[in-house]
Order: sequence, then C-alpha cells, then structure tokens
Amino acid sequence: MLFCRAGGGIITGNRRRAGYRGASVRQNMRKATEMNREEADTIEHVPDTRGRFGNYGGRYVPETLVPCLEELEAALMEALGDSSFQETLGGLLHHYAGRPTALYLARRLTSAAGGGRIYLKREDLLHTGAHKINNTLGQVLLARRLGKKRIIAETGAGQHGVATATVAALFGLECHVYMGEEDMHRQAPNVRRMQLLGTEVIPVSSGSKTLKDAMNEAIRDWVTNVRTTFYIIGSVAGPHPYPLMVREFQRVIGEESRRQILEEEGRLPRAVVACVGGGSNAMGIFRAFIPDKSVELVGVEAAGHGLEGPNGASLAAGRPGILHGSLSYILDDDDGQIKVAHSVAAGLDYPGVGPEHAYLKDTGRVRYTTVTDEEALEAFETLSRLEGIIPAFESAHAIAYATRLAAQMQKEDVIIVNLSGRGDKDLEAYWELKGLQG
Amino acid sequence: MNERMKKLEGLMRSGRKALIPYFTTCYPGAAESLETFKALAAAGADCLEIGIPFSDPLADGATIQASSHRAIEAGGSLRQGLGAAGQLRSAGVEIPLIVFTYYNPVYRMGLMNFARKAAEAGADGVLVPDLPVEESGLLREALAAFDMGMVFLAAPTSTAQRLRYAQEHSTGFVYAVSVAGVTGARKSIAERLPAFIERVRQAGDLPVGVGFGVSDPEQAVEVAGCADGVIIGSAFIDAYEKGGPEAVGRLAGEIRTALDGAF
Repeated sequence: MLFCRAGGGIITGNRRRAGYRGASVRQNMRKATEMNREEADTIEHVPDTRGRFGNYGGRYVPETLVPCLEELEAALMEALGDSSFQETLGGLLHHYAGRPTALYLARRLTSAAGGGRIYLKREDLLHTGAHKINNTLGQVLLARRLGKKRIIAETGAGQHGVATATVAALFGLECHVYMGEEDMHRQAPNVRRMQLLGTEVIPVSSGSKTLKDAMNEAIRDWVTNVRTTFYIIGSVAGPHPYPLMVREFQRVIGEESRRQILEEEGRLPRAVVACVGGGSNAMGIFRAFIPDKSVELVGVEAAGHGLEGPNGASLAAGRPGILHGSLSYILDDDDGQIKVAHSVAAGLDYPGVGPEHAYLKDTGRVRYTTVTDEEALEAFETLSRLEGIIPAFESAHAIAYATRLAAQMQKEDVIIVNLSGRGDKDLEAYWELKGLQG
Repeated sequence: MNERMKKLEGLMRSGRKALIPYFTTCYPGAAESLETFKALAAAGADCLEIGIPFSDPLADGATIQASSHRAIEAGGSLRQGLGAAGQLRSAGVEIPLIVFTYYNPVYRMGLMNFARKAAEAGADGVLVPDLPVEESGLLREALAAFDMGMVFLAAPTSTAQRLRYAQEHSTGFVYAVSVAGVTGARKSIAERLPAFIERVRQAGDLPVGVGFGVSDPEQAVEVAGCADGVIIGSAFIDAYEKGGPEAVGRLAGEIRTALDGAF
C-alpha cells in the first residue's frame, strides 16, 4: 500500500521502520505507473507519479518553476526513504515542537452537546500554537538538503508564517513571509511574532489582500529567486509535490490520534472532524483513518455569512478549476476569474482547496460540510467557557460541527476533533466583532 | 500547420527580426485596446499577443497585474478577447494572433469550445503561461482539431530535456523568457542571455523569440542580436498610460525601425 499507515516512522524516529516506509513509497510510486489506471486510482494509491489524485492535482505552473519542482520531488522521495532524515525530523518534532500532542476527552463539551464523546486532538499545544510546525520542520530540513539559504512563505491566519519564521530562526536562514494587508490587520499578533523572529513580513495589497493574493506574490518571488529560494507552502495545495509533501509531514496527527484512541477507548472513533481551508490539518488527521471504512471522516468548510454570499467553501459551493498550480475545486465565476472568498477565519478565507480533498469528495470517502462565521464564533466562546481552551477561529469551525454531530450520536460513540490551533491570535478580532455586535 | 504561424516562422528564419507585442485586451476599455492592437499592427508588428486579463496573474509583474485588474473591471474576459480577435480580422489585420491566457478561463470555457471559438475568431495560436508541456496534451489536441497550435515557454532554468519539449510542441516559435522571473520592464538584459538562447537553439529547429523585460529600441536590438524576435508587453502598457494608442504605436514604430536598421 502506498503512503498507508506504516507506524509512525516520523515521530518515533525508528530507523528500520522509517527506512522501510520511505522505500515502500518509492517502490509504490513506480508500481503505480505499471498498474492499470483503475487499480492505481484507488484512494490509498494517490497521488500517481504525475501528482494526480484521480483527475485532480498536477503541476500548473510557469516553466521556470518546473525544473525546481522536479528537483524538490526527487529530494522529497529520497528524504522520506532516508532514516537519518526521519530521525532528525522525529527528534525535532519531539524535543522542539512537543509531540506527541494530547488526545483529550472534553467532558463538559460532551455533556453540553448531549451525545457522543468528544475528544480533542490538541495540535494547539504544539510550539507556535498550531499544527503548521509539523510541516515547516519537515520542509526546512529539505531546504537544507537542497542547499537553499533563503526561505519564503505565504500566510493567511499567520500560523504558517509564524511556524516558518520559527524554523528559519532555528536554522539561521533568511526568511520572507507574504501576508495580505487585510490579514495583517486581522492577525496582528502573529505579524509581531514573525518580526520578532527575524522574518520580514511583506504586505500584499493586490486583489482581496488575503491568503490567495499572498500566495500569488510568494509564487512571483519564487519564480524570480528560484535558484536560491525554498518556498515553504503551508497547505496541501499548490503544484506537485506540495500536496503530497505537506500531507506526508502532517500525517503524524492522524497516526498519533489513531494509536491514542485505541489505547484510550479500545476502539476506533465513529467520526473524525477537521476544518478545511486549503486542508492540511484535515489531510493530516484523515490520512491514517482512510483505510478504516467504519470511521466517518468529515471536513468542515467555512460558509462565511452563508453559502449564498461570499464564503470559503470551495468543495460545497465551487467546481473543478485551476488555481495556484493544481486542478481542484475552486470558487470562480463564469469567465473563470477567481472569486474573493470570505471567512471570519483568515486561514479558511481561500477560494481553493487541496486536490486530495477534491478527490476524497468525489470518491465519497470524506463528507464535506460547512459552518458559518456565526456558528464558529459561538463554538469559540463555548469551548473557551466549558473547557478553558481558546480555539483558533479555524478550529472553531470543526468544534461547531462536531458538537452538532455528537448530539445525533449515542453516548458510547466517539468523535475526534482536530483542534488544529489555539485562538490567541484571534482575540483582537473577536473583541472587535463583539464590539460591533454589542 | 496553421498558415499564418508558418509564415511567421519562415519570416523569423529569413533573418527579419520579428516584433511581437503583447497588450491586455479591454485595457483600459474594449474600444481603446482594439485601437491599440490596430496601432501595433500598423507600426510593423509581425504577430500580436492578445492578453486575456485574469484575476490571479501569477506569472506577471506589477504592470500587467494592474492592466489586468483594470481590464476585468471594464468587462475584459476570454470571451471578450476572442471577440477582439474577430474584430481585428474584420478590420483587415492579417498577422498571426496569439491568445495569451491563464489556464482557468480556458478550462472554464471548455477546451473544445475554446478552440472552436478561438478558430472562428481568427486566432492562430495560444500561449498559456501556467500550462507546462506535460499538462497541455488535451488543449493541444483540441487546438489541433482547429488548425491551431501552442507556443511554449523556455526558461533559463529549463533542462535540456525540457527545452526539447518546448521545441517539439511549440508552433511558429519558442518563447524564451530572458530571466527567471515575472513579466515587466527591466533596466538591463541578463548577460547570460546569448548562452541560454544557444541552448534553446540546440534543442530544436524553431526560431526563438525573447520576452520578459524588453522595454525599448536599444534593448530590442541587443536581444535580437542573439534571437529571432522580441516580445514586448509591459512597456506598451506603460506607453499607453502616457499617451494612449498613438504612444504605443510610436514606440512600436521606433523599435521596428531600430531592428530594421541594425539587422
């Protein structure tokens, strides 16, 4: 099986198993091309050698970048099969980032929802306050392998930007983060964190001044400085091999959760719930559960003020198209112009989604649903008051849907929610919104 | 192969340095851009690139980003751009017309539908900056059904293998980008350009046009020293800002004269 559960090579740093997994990845990449299309086209065998998840994915970028993506793909495959790489990454995830993270039974939230038992995967407890650090540690090690001295990144909520600025500081690399002006205002604390870490935050004033435009600008920088620069993408989006790479660096979330819930409950959950913007925390927690057919996987997109208006729900309200290097569901108009998304959560305020999510939607393995700004804000308050945990606005979308789902379940049923980040960054925006409402 | 593109190829082989201007359709409005395209043709352009405005032009620098944004506000789109191509043909413009568009608008229109409409409008080729050769199979097939082809980019970072892809699958000429980067006028042309163009030539037989960063007659002459044609975009947008279609035509005329004088 390709990219299937292989037993936490990354976190344990177990030489033998980590090495085995990487080797199997490469073998199977080769095998996938030899198999007939139907066979290769199964959920556990994506992507193929062209970076395709079914029809989705691919590499839609200017020619200048293609050789660099080929080089990156080769380095990634080599690294995944290299036990010393896995060991270094495993060590950093453990000693620096704080893995494994807790799987916490939220008793008061469970009582309030009145149904299934809600567990929270506490990615918010990681260093820098979100799951993003899992991926940036992996990519910065690749940047070093490739000898690139300059790091760039895009950021929406600022969590990926902070996680990138952090690893750049850790390894003494020059770092520039592109961020929409609108997001710089919404997530001001994260801008100051990045600056303190020695990163230059570059305001992006084009288009909607949010994540989409930050990504355009980062790609323009990359195309100009491709020889010296490593672009750390924060989501399972972008051209091949990014969707694959980010998933591989985030899959540790699901591998841990699966092990922890088996230890804790002795059985698998009924459902796993995660918010989806680009979709990295969701891919990270879903991946390990994909072969477990009894586990319902639910991705929660941002409905904004509602699906009739501007929203961030590419899977619910969009259709296949090309944005930022891959074919996936996007929000666009009839002329093919990309629409401006909206969500109160800057990290979900994006008119596209990772291609593997598009594939998982079409195959039916993951169910995608939506939550409005208002519902997310309510969940933000609820979790804060009932559990003493302030979630990121993004994660609050998953909390909102999970409590709704739990209410329809039996008391012995179990739900895992990926609490992908903490909400400190959103306090200012929250009180501003409260001020407007009150 | 498309007759007009074949003619352009022959002309570029013959030693005439081709002048290939780009302009954003519907910038700043439909009538103005149409006048500008006509002015460019009248000034001695050998081929026109009709730039389709896109909301997220990630291969473009600030100038074309701004012109695209404004064009969309004025009603610019792939549909409108193809309409403009048709109007140029009706007005008697006979040089090849290349539709320069990002992929999503084409994908949204539907590949066959796009190919048919482009052919009906009188377009001869298509250049999609975010569609590398590997991803272009379906579009090439659709275009071939209507006697049209694609022009692919060759970049300084391209490997020998990838330069061969660009040579093999392009029609008319290969578009070599002078530097790793986005479109836009630059003060100087990369020193390593001649060596790069030589690599592109070794990868196949097609003539080579050079774009990205060329902005005035001196640079055009410098680039044409090693290439068969120059592609100029942002400088014409800047010229339009200063003096409308006349200024664009004047700049094109100066470049044409400089090229003819030097070679």
